[in-house]
Amino acid sequence: MADISLSGVPHHVDGIQASYMAQVQRRRLYGGLTLLIFVVLMVSGFNVADDRNAGGFWDGLHQIGDYPADVLSEAWEKRADLPALIAKYFPALVETINIAAVSTLIGAISGLFLSLLGTRGLAKWPRLIPLFRRISDIMRAVPEIVIALVLIFVLGGGPVPAMIAIAIHTAGALAKMFSEVSENTDLKAVEGLASTGATWSQRMLLGVLPQVAPNYVSYTLLRFEINIRASAILGFVGAGGLGYELRNAMAWGPGRFDEAAAIFILLFGTIVFFDQVSSRYRNRLTEGQGQ
Amino acid sequence: MTTIDLDATKFEAEKLFQRKRLIGFGIPAVIAVYFVYIFFAFDLPGLAGRANMENAVTLASDSWSYKVHVTRDNRSGNVTYAVEGERKGTYPEGQRPDWVTGDEVITIDLGGDIIVRYLPDNRTEIEIPGFQLIEAQAEGRTVTTNLPDNLPDWISASDRRVGITTPEGRITLTGARTEVFNYFPGWELFWFTLDSPYYGQALATILFGDQIDPARDNITGAVSDWWNNDMWRHKDVAWAIGETILMAFLGTMGAAIIALPLGFLAAKRFSPFMLVRAATRRLFDFVRGVDALIWTVVLARAFGPGPLTGALAILITDTGTFGKIFSEALENVDQKQIEGVASTGAKPLQRYRFGVIPQIVPVLLAQILYFLESNTRSATIIGAITGGGIGLMLTQAIQTQKDWEEVAYYIVLIIAMVMFMDWFSGWLRGKLIGRKT
Repeated sequence: MADISLSGVPHHVDGIQASYMAQVQRRRLYGGLTLLIFVVLMVSGFNVADDRNAGGFWDGLHQIGDYPADVLSEAWEKRADLPALIAKYFPALVETINIAAVSTLIGAISGLFLSLLGTRGLAKWPRLIPLFRRISDIMRAVPEIVIALVLIFVLGGGPVPAMIAIAIHTAGALAKMFSEVSENTDLKAVEGLASTGATWSQRMLLGVLPQVAPNYVSYTLLRFEINIRASAILGFVGAGGLGYELRNAMAWGPGRFDEAAAIFILLFGTIVFFDQVSSRYRNRLTEGQGQ
Repeated sequence: MTTIDLDATKFEAEKLFQRKRLIGFGIPAVIAVYFVYIFFAFDLPGLAGRANMENAVTLASDSWSYKVHVTRDNRSGNVTYAVEGERKGTYPEGQRPDWVTGDEVITIDLGGDIIVRYLPDNRTEIEIPGFQLIEAQAEGRTVTTNLPDNLPDWISASDRRVGITTPEGRITLTGARTEVFNYFPGWELFWFTLDSPYYGQALATILFGDQIDPARDNITGAVSDWWNNDMWRHKDVAWAIGETILMAFLGTMGAAIIALPLGFLAAKRFSPFMLVRAATRRLFDFVRGVDALIWTVVLARAFGPGPLTGALAILITDTGTFGKIFSEALENVDQKQIEGVASTGAKPLQRYRFGVIPQIVPVLLAQILYFLESNTRSATIIGAITGGGIGLMLTQAIQTQKDWEEVAYYIVLIIAMVMFMDWFSGWLRGKLIGRKT
């Protein structure tokens, strides 16, 4: 017995070791190849982007600070005016936040319906699940700027095109996140309600929503953060709010940099403020879930 | 349990219900009030006045149809035929659409029995069923017609300009030129422009038929003519989409590469110095807070417009986001694995490599791939601001306010691009870290 194991084991271990080393080597090879392809893609991509850019990367690198320095120095010279300018642009800020808030609300409500109608087990019309999923996929895929630009042409500038554009994208994006949550809901409550003869909307309102509400609210808050940024960007293409004022202030160039600086400060402050507030609430919402 | 106890419990329960009822009605009420406020703050009642329904109609009809212009220059008497009135879409000398006939008198059959005749000496005759024969004479800068005083609303007339809109097409007459627009469904010249020998050929003829252009092989010639199509600029569009995806790729991957080491610095587990930790975190908050819009504006001053600027703007913003996510992931790693690696005598760097990285790679990859898809959308938007990629082509096409079929084409391409990136990142995630069930 002892003899057999003594003669058999070394050979056996050698075999295992060899095949293990071969496996490790192959893994290293694949890993190295993937890394190589990635590096090649990054370097060539950078070169292509550098070629097609108006100014080169290395020429521009030392100029990065120039514009912020110009803006800041001018703003510092006119620092006495800054509070007045911030007050002047405050209404534009309110408009930007309003665009984000309304579109998040509308998007969340539509996303809620889209997700419930597109989740197996909860859908009112199970046959139409693929339809609702495709609708939310397409709504999610459309960048806000596409709808905003088209609507600006039809409706004229102002907050409404931005609101509609962001709401459509938000509805699609939230529908996907919501349905990931609602797929994991406990169907017992829904079945219990169904046995009492509850209608679809009663089943959803009383059986599903209480289960998913913390996650839904958390995702909606995250979207609100994202939408504040989106609403500022859309302003830049003519949809009103702070972004629009920023573009105008920048178009004036030197001499009006204090206005640009005031808008920068407002935008930065708002984004950081809402990020902090919403991340605090989100933490509280998702912490409560774990217990 | 005594009665008093029960009463107290019942009272508590009732209070709870009352509070829930208040919240249940209160939140929808607050939302409704907010909507009312927005209704007036955004001036929705005034929207009807600002909205330009004519634009909407042009947009809706132009996006799926094209028009052929038949233009007579009233000074030289020359008649030109051009798709969308563009020079690139002009019919070559000696060619014209088959609904135009005649040499001395040019007869344009718009369909639906509407016939326009370009007569010699800058005279024009328009036959519209159910309406009198319209005769017009262009002289110098004026147009004289036999139109009666009370006109139907589809005709607008002054002594300088006459416009007639029919379901089949539009006719405008001015002193300088007489123009007929004939509308057709579809995207004309999408494959080949009029000067290409392959224009109007069936697909089967190009693939299997005789050689059309003596100088070139059918398939190579057709592909090159399509690729270099002046009207639809397929080559530029493909480059623009490539640029947009490149911006998203460079920005996302660059941000991930920079954020990973910074993430270690910001994580409590790996960075013992409070000051370094706090500084890194504030840096993340700062670059995230400044936002891609402002980074784009600042970077465009240094690097000029183009894809590199967009890529860098995405890179800087996402370094903040990734840094935050990565450092959170790093704080949640399991200590056991690191201890296991340490027990074999691994040095700190090896401990990170074999004890930490394998734990966070799935989280990192999932986030990076998710951002790759979402950044494709951001790159479209940033491209519209900083001037690169498909976003710029879209803005330009919208700003010219006439190429709505191109706008529709770009929108379809953008949606397809984003959906492709969505699918691709999901597929890659499945390949790399296994599909979650």
